[in-house]
Amino acid sequence: MKRHKDLLLHGNEACAMGALAAGMRLFAGYPITPSTEIAEFLSVELPKVGGTFIQMEDEISSMGAIIGASLAGVKSMTATSGPGFSLMQENLGFASMAEIPCVLVNVMRGGPSTGMPTRPSQGDVMQSRWGTHGPHPIIVLSPQSVLECYTLTIHAFNLAEKYRSPVIMLMDGIVGHMWENVQLPEKIEVIDRPEPSVPPDWYNPYDNLPGGEIVPLVPFGEGYRYHVTGMVHDKSGFPTLVHEEVEQCLDKLIYKIKNNLHDIIRIEDYMLEDADICIVAHGSVARSAREAVNIARNEGLKVGLLRPITLWPFPRFHLENISKRVKMFVVPEMNYGQVYGEVLKSCPKRAVRVTRVDGELVTPAQIMEKIEGAAL
Amino acid sequence: MIRTSETMYKYLRPDKTFPHVWCPGCGIGIVMGALVRAIEKTGFTKDEIVLVSGIGCSGRMSTYLDFNTLHTTHGRALSFATGIKLANPELNIIVVMGDGDATAIGGNHLIHSCRRNIDLTALIVNNNIYGMTGGQYSPTTPMEHKASTAQYGSIEKPFDICKLVEACGASFVARSTTYHAKMLDAMLSRAIAKKGFSVVEAMSQCPVQYGRRNKKGSPVDMMMWYKDNSVSNPAFKKIPPGEVGEQFPVGILVDIEQPDYLERYSKIVKKACGDKL
Ligand SMILES: Cc1ncc(C[n+]2csc(CCOP(=O)(O)OP(=O)(O)O)c2C)c(N)n1
Ligand code: SF4
Ligand SMILES: [Mg+2]
Repeated sequence: MKRHKDLLLHGNEACAMGALAAGMRLFAGYPITPSTEIAEFLSVELPKVGGTFIQMEDEISSMGAIIGASLAGVKSMTATSGPGFSLMQENLGFASMAEIPCVLVNVMRGGPSTGMPTRPSQGDVMQSRWGTHGPHPIIVLSPQSVLECYTLTIHAFNLAEKYRSPVIMLMDGIVGHMWENVQLPEKIEVIDRPEPSVPPDWYNPYDNLPGGEIVPLVPFGEGYRYHVTGMVHDKSGFPTLVHEEVEQCLDKLIYKIKNNLHDIIRIEDYMLEDADICIVAHGSVARSAREAVNIARNEGLKVGLLRPITLWPFPRFHLENISKRVKMFVVPEMNYGQVYGEVLKSCPKRAVRVTRVDGELVTPAQIMEKIEGAAL
Repeated sequence: MIRTSETMYKYLRPDKTFPHVWCPGCGIGIVMGALVRAIEKTGFTKDEIVLVSGIGCSGRMSTYLDFNTLHTTHGRALSFATGIKLANPELNIIVVMGDGDATAIGGNHLIHSCRRNIDLTALIVNNNIYGMTGGQYSPTTPMEHKASTAQYGSIEKPFDICKLVEACGASFVARSTTYHAKMLDAMLSRAIAKKGFSVVEAMSQCPVQYGRRNKKGSPVDMMMWYKDNSVSNPAFKKIPPGEVGEQFPVGILVDIEQPDYLERYSKIVKKACGDKL
């Protein structure tokens, strides 16, 4: 296929292509701007590769359908934006609780409510972490380019399979709708679901294995009959209220992520070695931030950039380390300061925010203003 | 002949999940027995069956039976089941829901599953009440009847589940009751064997949350009420509309042949692949 040469793609298309490359074979979704191109593209492409596309009656059922498909052994995905993301929260929590791998793409638009459907935003950083109720694990990735929409979607599927967890691709409307010339990588790593290592009689789908090893999820219909529920369950999957079992169930959910931060968290740093000021930015805003770093450096200001590629779990330790070296943080976002709050939590250093909620991208000039204003 | 207790035992998960949560006299156990006998009759192995359920007293059924079982979220069982079916069409999927589960919070998924004609079997346990949460009125609670949130009597017109799903395009629709347990077996095995979306409404007594509040007597009295008011479908059709009263038809109400969702999807695949196929 000549696909692997230079291609002019937009972010949503690249995301859908990444999903296909990762082996995604079932997409269930409900149209919503600015994510709809993902569904449209996959409605054309999935039937060609033996996959299934279905437009469900709403986002609640879309999320339910991808969980069902994953339980039947097929990698699955849905895509949505703000209002639809809110509707998916209950079943997203189910996927966390029942440990079902799946990928949810949220192309963020201006909110709350219907907000600004055609304007980008980064307003769902906190919802992607805490939108569903109760303690739960989640992995959230934020691409900044069309190429990353492709590569990170593949990564999202890999993490979902590896950690038996839902993974959210948190794109902003700019990244989703941006066109770029990209060269897709020739070689990609794809993680598929491992085979069970025990016979059916010994299989406990929610076992706590030594060393935190994660039990492979055996697809329904392969002779391993077990129970899956959103209720707190014991290692065999059946509901329990026995204190130790409840604790084990919930602890395991959290620790399977917490104990693997080194593997899950990806960041990118730019000119941070000698920086006095560290900008923390993700998604499309990170591109403005990078430009701001270049401008500042030209002016002789020692500014660098930390870009969380993994937004959740939040790269706290990276920030803590950087905070030992820099004098202050500048956090530009297309919201009122959601990542900013996490930066404050992670380190006691001075931090200022650059916010923008009018549906426009944070510009390098805006960031520079704050940096110059901070006048060290 | 199949001996019920032996058959039942074969399909239960006795060491894991008992005692069960259902009240004495509850009809759900009878419905579960009928489902087991129906599956036994179809000849499918346990591994070929997936039992998906929603949330409620009825939704607990998936916990007790030894199939691939999935206890989903309230109202959403059909959407999870849709994903499973599309991912692995070989599996036979039975979806157990309560009346609230299927027709209130999950009403949208129910009507669209009918319209799509996806090859699933929906078993709706209709006890005319929200049992699990303590007896609030449901979309099938009859007018004037009492519930914990309708202490003055319900003022909402109830759904006729079978008429609803018929209008929405289901391929097979049947109704039976816990009194007519054998008929329920038969309806369920027909529904499981049917290609396309099939719905079996099982009228089931909830003596604790519905019966008690509405002075319906003992569980046996409630089952006798089903006996006295049910009419075979052909006979029901002959009753003049003004004289129906509380009577309701039982048996097969709809059985039509039409292409199911996956059959239609295979046409899309052909179009998408052009001459590559
Ligand atoms: C989203 C959501 N809303 C409400 C509930 C609470 N709830 C649990 S079961 C139930 C009603 C059950 O009634 P029905 O579906 O008729 O089942 P039954 O218990 O009567 O068998 C409700 C409202 C819930 N679990 N989830
Ligand atoms: S509350 Fe009603 S439906 Fe629920 S178990 Fe008790 S009798 Fe059955
Ligand atoms: Mg009910």
